[in-house]
Amino acid sequence: MGTTAMERPLIRGTTKARRRRVVGLGTLVAVLVIAAAVSLAVGARALSPAEVWHGLFAAPDSDQRLTEIRLIVRTVRMPRTVLAIVAGIALGVGGALIQGYTRNPIADTGLLGVNSGASFAVVSVIAVFGFADPFQYVWFAFLGAAGSGVVVFGLASIGRGAGNPLTLALAGQGITVFLAAMTTAVALSDQASLNALRFWNAGSVAGVGFDVIWPVALFIAVGLVLAVTTLPALNLLNLGDDVARGLGVNIALSRTIGIAAITLLAGAATAACGPIAFLGLMVAHVARYLTGPDYRWLVPYAGLLGAVVLLLCDIVGRLVVRPGELDAGVVVALLGAPFFAALVWLGKFKGA
Amino acid sequence: MNGTDVKRSVAPVAPGVRLGQVSFVWRPWLVCVTLLLAAATFLVFCLSIGVGDFPIGLSRVIATIFGGGERVDEFVIMDLRMPRALAGLVVGIALGVSGALTQSIARNPLASPDILGITGGAGAVSVFLVTVSGGTAAAVVSAVGLSSAALAGGLGTGLLVYFLAWRRGIDGFRLILIGISVSAMMEAITTWLLVTADIKDVARAQAWLVGSLDNRSWSEVRVALWCTLVLLAVVFCVAFQFKPMHLGDEVAAGLGVRYAMVRAVLLLCAVLLAAVGVSAAGPVPFVALVAPQVAMRLARCPTPPMVASGMVGALLLIGADLVARTALPISLPVGVVTAAIGGPFLVYLLVRANLK
Repeated sequence: MGTTAMERPLIRGTTKARRRRVVGLGTLVAVLVIAAAVSLAVGARALSPAEVWHGLFAAPDSDQRLTEIRLIVRTVRMPRTVLAIVAGIALGVGGALIQGYTRNPIADTGLLGVNSGASFAVVSVIAVFGFADPFQYVWFAFLGAAGSGVVVFGLASIGRGAGNPLTLALAGQGITVFLAAMTTAVALSDQASLNALRFWNAGSVAGVGFDVIWPVALFIAVGLVLAVTTLPALNLLNLGDDVARGLGVNIALSRTIGIAAITLLAGAATAACGPIAFLGLMVAHVARYLTGPDYRWLVPYAGLLGAVVLLLCDIVGRLVVRPGELDAGVVVALLGAPFFAALVWLGKFKGA
Repeated sequence: MNGTDVKRSVAPVAPGVRLGQVSFVWRPWLVCVTLLLAAATFLVFCLSIGVGDFPIGLSRVIATIFGGGERVDEFVIMDLRMPRALAGLVVGIALGVSGALTQSIARNPLASPDILGITGGAGAVSVFLVTVSGGTAAAVVSAVGLSSAALAGGLGTGLLVYFLAWRRGIDGFRLILIGISVSAMMEAITTWLLVTADIKDVARAQAWLVGSLDNRSWSEVRVALWCTLVLLAVVFCVAFQFKPMHLGDEVAAGLGVRYAMVRAVLLLCAVLLAAVGVSAAGPVPFVALVAPQVAMRLARCPTPPMVASGMVGALLLIGADLVARTALPISLPVGVVTAAIGGPFLVYLLVRANLK
């Protein structure tokens, strides 16, 4: 889906703007690294930078205190930091893509029914098989998320309404409410499910080990590759279907790839963390503000911003209600909702 | 749903009726459908009373309701089953009318009290009261009751949404989006309360959160009944001013309607009706969204008809409660059934509109 030499400067902008975007991307990476370091240091037991360094890289030795630090860093803080970054990137990129493909500024990956599909699957397998370990039900969560995502997209692309933002929103809401009812029906008849459901629903990056994270990260990597291949076509699609077709875009193919990417990204992130609403929506808007409408810049920005925001929310959640913890998903919602309201109030969504 | 429903209304001019200062369009089909719906609602109402561990025939139920039944029936019906059925009736009507009002005001079929934050706010307040035991929470519950506290929560959130969406007037689209975001905040708070609570309280809170008609008492029903009647009276008085507003603000102003005033009053009524419904039965999902759409299609009206929407709401709620109690292997809260009906219905509307 190459652009012709004539269009290229139109999309890319001036050299100066491009340099500014590269610098911005570098800054975001730096912020992400700092946030990750803070995430390793902050918690029920605060660690100094030297201790974090030691916990990460030192070989095991006999010192009782240092062994303990190693344990905290490697088995507790490290996995949740990595998961926050991986899931944050996935949700950020997924949010930017879904807003692009639906041309809907209020689209969020949660809107696809992905969250409700995952919740239903988790509750069902716990009720039927009695699973207790995240490693056992994460696959079913992924299947549920992907399944409901595909159904919602399928329903939304029947007939003439395909591509209409309201159609997707309605299909998503219909499926979400239906699945939520089924989820409640199962949860109310099985206490173990109910107990798992309330923790799952909060959306958290804590308590999952690397045995879950690596497979999830693999799915997300595939999703990211698909996302990258579809970006040039996405830029053209946003000029309207007719223009895109005229410029040689295979619309059906590029939509299918885009949907596959969104489903993989959102499904995998939701499977590992539980439903996290508003993150993709929020960072996609900030990214658009920073980069303008070119998706080849917007999407990487959204991914990095997603990782930074999810990490920061997780850190804030660890600090505000000590000695307890506020789940990252709850912090994201409490922060994202006013952000969203402010965008609405400023009149950003007039034409949706 | 889309333009097609509006087009259908451009039919031959319907005959008008004028009684002194009041005039309205005579639509025989609408009246016919509304009467049929009322009859069906009454039938399901009686059926719901009759079905249970101690089954009572339909004729005996009707006789008892009108005061001519036997002593045994009277006890079972009036003391045990009537509150539940009546709660279903009142809540159904309140939610149906509330949905019809919000959808008309926002000119959007997606608008419903669920989206305007009312259910979310009521849910957060009551989950807070259920899960945080002792102290002020217990004092509040014992002083005003869970329902009234939920009512206050729903009302407060609804008003918050209204004021946040106010910006030199109320715009339907902005109202919905602000509602979505405030609802999400309330849900986040609810989720967090559920995470930190004791599992026994969680089950209670969860059952309340789906919407249920279990264990209603006369005192709760009476409050909801009177509130609903008063609100419906207000809606009835203002509704005559409301009709021209479907033609747009400018036309309405030209016809002498103070549209900002009328809209504010009706929106407040919609919020209050939904809050009453939620306080009596919990946030029963989808009734307020589905009932006006069904009524609109049955009555072949361009906009949701108020009375018929209320009737469909009641029919839906009592019917769903009947199904939830009797037809399923485990007894479920009514909200599960309404959501199970409502979700696919929304999808059906969508597919049908798209295939046209």
